[in-house]
Amino acid sequence: MKNKSLLLSLLSFSLLIILWAVFTHFGNFSDQVFPSPILVLNSAIELFNNGTLLQHVVASLYRVTVGFYLAVLLGIPLGIMLGRMTLVRQLVNPIIQFLRPISPLAWIPLAMLWFGIGDKPAIFLIFLSSFFPLVVATTMAVSSINPVYFHVASNFNFSQQEIIKKVIIPAILPEVLTALRLTIAIAWLVVVAAEMIAVQSGLGYLILDARNALRMDIVMVGMIVIGMIGVMLDLIMLRLAAIDSIAWNKES
Amino acid sequence: MGRILIQDVAKRYLNRRYNERTNDAHTTKKTITVLEHVSLEFQDGEMVCILGPSGCGKSTLLRMVAGFESATSGKILIDDQPVIEPSSDYIFVFQHNGLLPWMTVWENVELGLRHLNNEQEKTDTIQEYIDMVELEGFESYYPHQLSGGMQRRAELARAIVVNPELLIMDEPFSGLDFLTHLKMREEVVNMHQFIKKTIVVVTHDIDDALVMADRVVVMGNAPNNVVLDRKLDFPHPRNIEKVDGLRELRDELYLMLGVNYAV
Ligand SMILES: Nc1ncnc2c1ncn2[C@@H]1O[C@H](COP(=O)(O)OP(=O)(O)O)[C@@H](O)[C@H]1O
Ligand SMILES: [Mg+2]
Repeated sequence: MKNKSLLLSLLSFSLLIILWAVFTHFGNFSDQVFPSPILVLNSAIELFNNGTLLQHVVASLYRVTVGFYLAVLLGIPLGIMLGRMTLVRQLVNPIIQFLRPISPLAWIPLAMLWFGIGDKPAIFLIFLSSFFPLVVATTMAVSSINPVYFHVASNFNFSQQEIIKKVIIPAILPEVLTALRLTIAIAWLVVVAAEMIAVQSGLGYLILDARNALRMDIVMVGMIVIGMIGVMLDLIMLRLAAIDSIAWNKES
Repeated sequence: MGRILIQDVAKRYLNRRYNERTNDAHTTKKTITVLEHVSLEFQDGEMVCILGPSGCGKSTLLRMVAGFESATSGKILIDDQPVIEPSSDYIFVFQHNGLLPWMTVWENVELGLRHLNNEQEKTDTIQEYIDMVELEGFESYYPHQLSGGMQRRAELARAIVVNPELLIMDEPFSGLDFLTHLKMREEVVNMHQFIKKTIVVVTHDIDDALVMADRVVVMGNAPNNVVLDRKLDFPHPRNIEKVDGLRELRDELYLMLGVNYAV
């Protein structure tokens, strides 16, 4: 079953590439507008061999990782607190609900003013893009925990620390992982945009720089690598969510 | 030990649908009285079965005995001590999802023994109780990988491994198929004769009460919450069909709950 779906996705990608090749071969496009797959492949190999590609990938992944970790480190504890304390939630929630729909990209001017150029503003934007969805999802998950589990905890004399470690965190983990999966996808979208403004490295910069040089083949290499890494990040999150002790809520 | 004294207990909840401008009977009152003037006494080591229609406050009473909630007025004493908070001396067996679903059978049974320092003793005890409820081989299974009956047995093992003074069971057989229900019932009776602790069971099944109980309590809606409180003095094993007293009581209970046994 699994092999079959793998085979089918390989097939659909092969078809796409063939279609692309046929299209560029018979269509009358200049390489500057619509490069052929062979050209893109050659550029990819060249970028890979001289190390630029890896350098940009590492730069982007570094920013996403730092921004995302900061968001997880601050957002999940805040979400747990809000989920447990009704009064604090009613105080803080309106602000979060208000800030949440503001696209991280709208923060670009402020981010550059506050953090200058370089990694910091990009990391800040990624943090923002992940932080609010994570707080909201965690708060929701905590406040919807079945009260029976808290009864069990008090019945067996759990300490406050045990309630957090043995009840709240495992109880919210499936929902939080779903949220993490969504947010890392958003963070990955945002990093490319952020790298087009304030930095001299990363896949976003690679694409922008290639556009300025009218090298659409390199633009496409950037896009393809972004797509591949996005799929990879998603697969890692899916893997995590399938672990038995985490996915306690799945159907038997 | 495990003597329970319930003295003139009342429980009122705030009416979530309260709205003084309507005339609907459900919305005009600020509070809903679930229990009123409830006085009961259960002896040490007794198996008490509580029957009663849905919504009459059986679970509410059990939650108060376990210390999860407090009474609006009146007193609940266990062994002459007022119940203030939950304690692992009084273990509650829940109707649904009582096992912590992110822990294996072993980890769930371990909950009550987690402060034990002697690892060998801990391991042996956990294994002994898992074997007792016939779950050997399933120690590393998660609740969602077990059948309903196995989940209840695991929860039972988790409850009795701490040797509680009192076991409180809220509809422990609901949702089980017919044969699993009968087997679980037999196991609870056997276990009771073995541990000799007080057990309070809420059930919807009149036969459960007749077969299991040393005392049957029938509850109704407030303000008449205690409709019947009777001691049953029949030896085990009990066969309802063969004991006149049980058959008569069955007819009486059916009538009391407002249905006919013969149709
Ligand atoms: N936390 C609560 N807040 C408001 N009403 C409640 C609450 N818990 C129970 N009730 C009400 O108390 C009544 C008795 O409930 P319950 O004790 O669960 O009945 P039973 O277990 O006998 O079916 C029901 O009408 C229910 O709606
Ligand atoms: Mg109930």
